[in-house]
Amino acid sequence: MNDLYLIWKNLFRKPLRTVLLIVSIFIAFLIFGLLVGVNVALNRATETGSASNRMVVANKINFTEPLPIAYLNRVSAIPGVIGTTHQSWFGAFFRDPAQSRFVGFAVEPETYTAIFADQIKLGPGEREAFIRERTGVIVGRSLANQYGWQVGQTLPISSDIYFRPDGSRSWDMKVVGIFDGAKPTDPTNALYFNYEYLNETRPFGRDTVGTIAVLTASPDINDRVAKAIDATFANSPFETSTVDEKTFSRAFLKQAGDLNFIITMVVAAAFAAILMIVGTTLVSAVRERTKEIGVMKTLGFPGHRVLRMVLGESLLLSGLGGLLGLGVAAVALNGLSRSPIGETFGALSMTVPVAAAGMGLALLLGLVTGLAPALSALRMNIIDALGRR
Amino acid sequence: MTDFIRLTDVCKSYTRGKESISIFDRLNLVIPKGDFVAIMGPSGSGKTTLLNLLGGTDRCDSGQISFDGERIEGYSEGQLTAWRARNVGFIFQFYNLMPILTAAQNVELPLLLTSLSAQRRKENVLTALKIVELADRARHKPKELSGGQQQRVAIARAIVSDPKLLLCDEPTGDLDRSTANDILSTLQLLNRELGKTIIMVTHDPEAARFATRTLHLDKGQFVEVTT
Repeated sequence: MNDLYLIWKNLFRKPLRTVLLIVSIFIAFLIFGLLVGVNVALNRATETGSASNRMVVANKINFTEPLPIAYLNRVSAIPGVIGTTHQSWFGAFFRDPAQSRFVGFAVEPETYTAIFADQIKLGPGEREAFIRERTGVIVGRSLANQYGWQVGQTLPISSDIYFRPDGSRSWDMKVVGIFDGAKPTDPTNALYFNYEYLNETRPFGRDTVGTIAVLTASPDINDRVAKAIDATFANSPFETSTVDEKTFSRAFLKQAGDLNFIITMVVAAAFAAILMIVGTTLVSAVRERTKEIGVMKTLGFPGHRVLRMVLGESLLLSGLGGLLGLGVAAVALNGLSRSPIGETFGALSMTVPVAAAGMGLALLLGLVTGLAPALSALRMNIIDALGRR
Repeated sequence: MTDFIRLTDVCKSYTRGKESISIFDRLNLVIPKGDFVAIMGPSGSGKTTLLNLLGGTDRCDSGQISFDGERIEGYSEGQLTAWRARNVGFIFQFYNLMPILTAAQNVELPLLLTSLSAQRRKENVLTALKIVELADRARHKPKELSGGQQQRVAIARAIVSDPKLLLCDEPTGDLDRSTANDILSTLQLLNRELGKTIIMVTHDPEAARFATRTLHLDKGQFVEVTT
């Protein structure tokens, strides 16, 4: 027998109470692990592949509003711009819109694969085939793996935005290439097809694009170029808003709300509740043991050792709950990263900094919740504890 | 027998609200080594306070308390705690065993304060349990033992670290006559065979007969000694 054994026995003297406490801590850390894990992945996704000299020109009202394709030439003529391309959201799905939605853009093959060459790594001859084939489509590796698509296969890709003159929503596209990202962890859950194929077969929105991607000569001139682009289209029916790629990605995520703020609030609320529950339970648990603590002190256990044991209980409690919560969150994130949800964010995982922050939080929770009962045990007078007056 | 415990002009009072209640006013007491003393007296006479002072769980306001030549009244909290662990074994009326631990683990508790190895602690625990004839109940939890058996475990816990002094506060107050006599016989054995100095507070004249002498305390002073 040693102090750790005593801590363990004291902690589990009322197993149901302890298990319920561990479960409540577990839930708090599960929420923490999942939300922070997803947030980290989202932030990483906005950073991935963002080139510092690449900017996005979108409609000033909202990026979901279109821009005339004629803008491309005018943007290209602005000093400092060395390349332009465009992309249009297709609202793609495969057979079942409820089950198989994915990222799909109509693009100009030659310029798009050139400007985004760092994100779209194609095999030999595949880029040329994409440029050549009007109905060609290039598919990201993870998306191709998910559906088992192969090069040469013709796929009926549907849109929840556009329809064809005959009323059908499906476009037959031939897979001409399967691309990888710059890194194995980069998301490759998208497909790109020829804009002309969409443009000539859609009954509305012709000759408009979603956003324009601009490559500048240097990141140092980004601000100047952005201002020049926006000034060019000021007071027109399609005013523009030009920002660098990272800013655009962050703004895109903010459409769903300030995720950092929401996550912080949810995690804080969960921890505040746990702090109250665990804190008050530990205080009453130690109060129940007043006599036993008095006996231990009578036998010669110094106050600091009793304090250490009570703190040890709260630390062990938080540690177990935290470890379980973070562990299950890690497994869940790993599982999610293999699902279609995870494909959206790239590699979802419990990173070392998140796990370390979680365990640090568990330690802090243990210290804070255990401090009051531990100090009460430290200060406990033997005579009062044993009622010997 | 040589002087073992000596109280000289000990004063002790408690404050209750704004009122100060004097428990001892210049109390003197000498207990020789190897003595078995019963302390009797009405409620409020100061029996428990005396035991608290002797065991170093309370402090006197003035006077001297010496234990085997060692003055303890000026000790700090930490020094008193360490002194208690080395020299005093406590036996309480309601046993005060840890319900989460087995009999053997309860007995082992005071040994966690020593530097003995786990094996040595185990041997000492077994020896203590054998002395109180409970070696076969070592793995039982307190709730699985009778009142008398629990008190025996408490005695084993009190003697396992081989203290010189045993302080017993109504050790048979919660037991029937027959069981009480068994417990008292065990205490007598510890006194006679192992030379432990025992100070026992009791209300029970039958229990006091097992001691070598009885001190009668009333209003903070010893009024009578029965041998």
